[in-house]
Amino acid sequence: MARTVIPANQAPAPSPKLNYLNNGHSLKSWLLTTDHKRIAILYLISVTVFFFLGGFFAMLIRLELLTPQGDLMQADTYNKVFTMHGMIMVFFFLIPVVPAVLGNFLVPIMIGAKDLAFPRINLLSWYLYIIGGLLISHVMLTGGVDTGWTFYSPFSTEYTNTKIVEAGIAVFIAGFSSIFTGLNFIVTIHRMRAPGLTWDRLPLFIWANYATSLIMILGTPVVAITIVLVAVERLFHLGIFDPRLGGDPLLFQHLFWFYSHPAVYIMVLPSMGVVSELIACFARKRIFGYKFVAMSSVALAVFGFLVWAHHMFVAGISLYAAMIFSFLSFSVGVPSAVKVFNWTSTLYKGSISYATPMLYAFGFIGLFTMGGLTGLMLATLGIDVHVTDTYFVVAHFHYIMVGGVLMGYLGGLHFWWPKITGRMYPEAWAKLSALLVYVGFNLTFFPQFILGYVGMPRRYWQYPPEFQALNVLSTAGASILAAGYLLPMIYFVWSLRYGAIADANPWAAAGLEWKTTSPPPTFNFDETPVVTWEAYNYDEIPHKERRVPVAR
Amino acid sequence: MHDSPATTMEHEAHNPALLHHFADAQQQKNAASLGMWLFLVTEIMFFGGMFCAYLVYRLAHFNAFAAGSQQLSIWMGALNTAVLIISSVTVVLAVKAAEAGKRKVLVGYLVVTVLLGMTFLVIKGFEYREKFEKHHVPGSTFKFTNTFDDNGKQIPVNPKEAELFFSLYFAMTGMHALHMIIGCGLFSVLAVFAWKGHYTPGYFTPIENAGLYWHLVDIIWIYLFPLLYLISRHS
Repeated sequence: MARTVIPANQAPAPSPKLNYLNNGHSLKSWLLTTDHKRIAILYLISVTVFFFLGGFFAMLIRLELLTPQGDLMQADTYNKVFTMHGMIMVFFFLIPVVPAVLGNFLVPIMIGAKDLAFPRINLLSWYLYIIGGLLISHVMLTGGVDTGWTFYSPFSTEYTNTKIVEAGIAVFIAGFSSIFTGLNFIVTIHRMRAPGLTWDRLPLFIWANYATSLIMILGTPVVAITIVLVAVERLFHLGIFDPRLGGDPLLFQHLFWFYSHPAVYIMVLPSMGVVSELIACFARKRIFGYKFVAMSSVALAVFGFLVWAHHMFVAGISLYAAMIFSFLSFSVGVPSAVKVFNWTSTLYKGSISYATPMLYAFGFIGLFTMGGLTGLMLATLGIDVHVTDTYFVVAHFHYIMVGGVLMGYLGGLHFWWPKITGRMYPEAWAKLSALLVYVGFNLTFFPQFILGYVGMPRRYWQYPPEFQALNVLSTAGASILAAGYLLPMIYFVWSLRYGAIADANPWAAAGLEWKTTSPPPTFNFDETPVVTWEAYNYDEIPHKERRVPVAR
Repeated sequence: MHDSPATTMEHEAHNPALLHHFADAQQQKNAASLGMWLFLVTEIMFFGGMFCAYLVYRLAHFNAFAAGSQQLSIWMGALNTAVLIISSVTVVLAVKAAEAGKRKVLVGYLVVTVLLGMTFLVIKGFEYREKFEKHHVPGSTFKFTNTFDDNGKQIPVNPKEAELFFSLYFAMTGMHALHMIIGCGLFSVLAVFAWKGHYTPGYFTPIENAGLYWHLVDIIWIYLFPLLYLISRHS
């Protein structure tokens, strides 16, 4: 995809302008680039590969669960399959996807900068991601891991014979990729904003990425050292988490979730930022309660760090601690609800158009609300004890991490596709895919709420026959979902050559990224912009200027 | 490069160290400095995981930790603390020399810093050897028959719990030593660049930032020393 560059002679009249895509065609000009936009394209390709790899494992899981007995695989293989699904999806897709693809492309442009503050570190991030990815692929091909993506000790440190150390190193390296991305974003947002772009004029996508970056740099090092401790425990027989030495496996869980709970906000916050952009554009209104939406991102980053032990309610922490963490987990609902209510309030008296990105934004609100409300149920101690380690939990976090994050990502990708490539996607097909994703997703995961509530535990390759009907529904939904995810993959590639040529601002959207050409020149703007307006000044942009893209 | 305005080109002509995407040298310096401080934050979180484990286990098994602590060589630990504090002084002097544009003095202080760092590592190596000799290295050969001497009162301790102390000792000092090795490599490269005249009074950000890293690694040791060596020696 990267090298499929539109020949200049195909474009109509004004076009042979130099942009970031046609400025150098050699492989070297891509692999050694320090242009944040090209690095975003590199990420786009690589996270897509890992998404389909993780999706392949998801399909294996759903196929196995089509029938009550183990016929496609047995316990050992199944353990490895769901572990690889989790590790690849969490560490190699969901965590990098929105910041590293859309964030990388848009953060400098949205703040009127020429590039991220540290372009070479940005490239290093991508290489670290690739090295980690190759390593996890190597683990996958040479035996796999069977601990689940959580590496729980003492199983991971004492008992399992699978490739814990290698998988740990892969996650460690990918973690540093994420740390460097976060560091780059924070410095860029602090130091590189265009003249006049004050903090209260920043697009909400920038606020969301800023909050995400805070979690990345504060949380990721903790999981890194935790994984190092697991590795030295296996390699050198140091016994940090070893109960025989008076060590405490619970400490592992504390340290692991100290990162891995906030990691959920690393995934979902950038998507929330995308949704804020989409809602404002397609309702033609300034976002309702801008400051509250901005601050709720920061609040989620802060609160996200205070709730980790709700993953451990049945692990043997004290009831007192559990009650505190239960209360704190409820409090996360406040900033999340601020966002949802402000988005819906923005719609009120807006001039709404139902273009594909807006459909995805609606999808996000629906799925995120479902995931969030069931999250409140899980924060309740009594219910959590009942449904711990059941499909109820699986359904809950898929609504947030897959439903929410992917809706935001795909919505954003459609919205900024004309900016990224200079081509429009085919609107009718895109609407179909949005519909398929929404329907397929609910059909896959809603039955899992019921399954979990009536007692089907997660991570088993077989189940009692009475659970089969709902499992069949879920697998059927997964097939629709897969079609919904494959479709954009096809028409996006198609649009690179055959899509309608996009002008600089096909949505008549506010935001600095729409004030430069599509695709942007290498340094983003011919002249550094000076910002004198608030974000989302849609009152000043005439409604009739909005054009709906035409498929060609 | 095609789109950069002429003014940027002029800047580049004035200052070869100024990268194209920054408006001016001050912005570039501020960005690098903020980036370094954020990196130090990640380092603190990184070590923080181990400090947290230390805190939990020391509270749970105080006597064993105190007994383990009494087996460490306090004079080697103290000597290393002194070596590192002196190296922090030489780093400060290196930054001063860079600011004043004294190339040879700068190179001198950078080299002395590397030598002090290596001295630390050599002393640490002797300490590790002593642990091997006393069978204080965790694993199947670990032996611990010592008691916790609490003002002349001999309190027996569980050797397993002492093994946990030594696990933490090796994990924490080992990770610190790894950072020292990286620091020595970093300062060696800086010394070569400084010798070649890369740094001027107008541009010595790498020296400053590497100095920040070195100070942080020092500070971590300054916490490790009392936490590991001086647990019960405050009477």
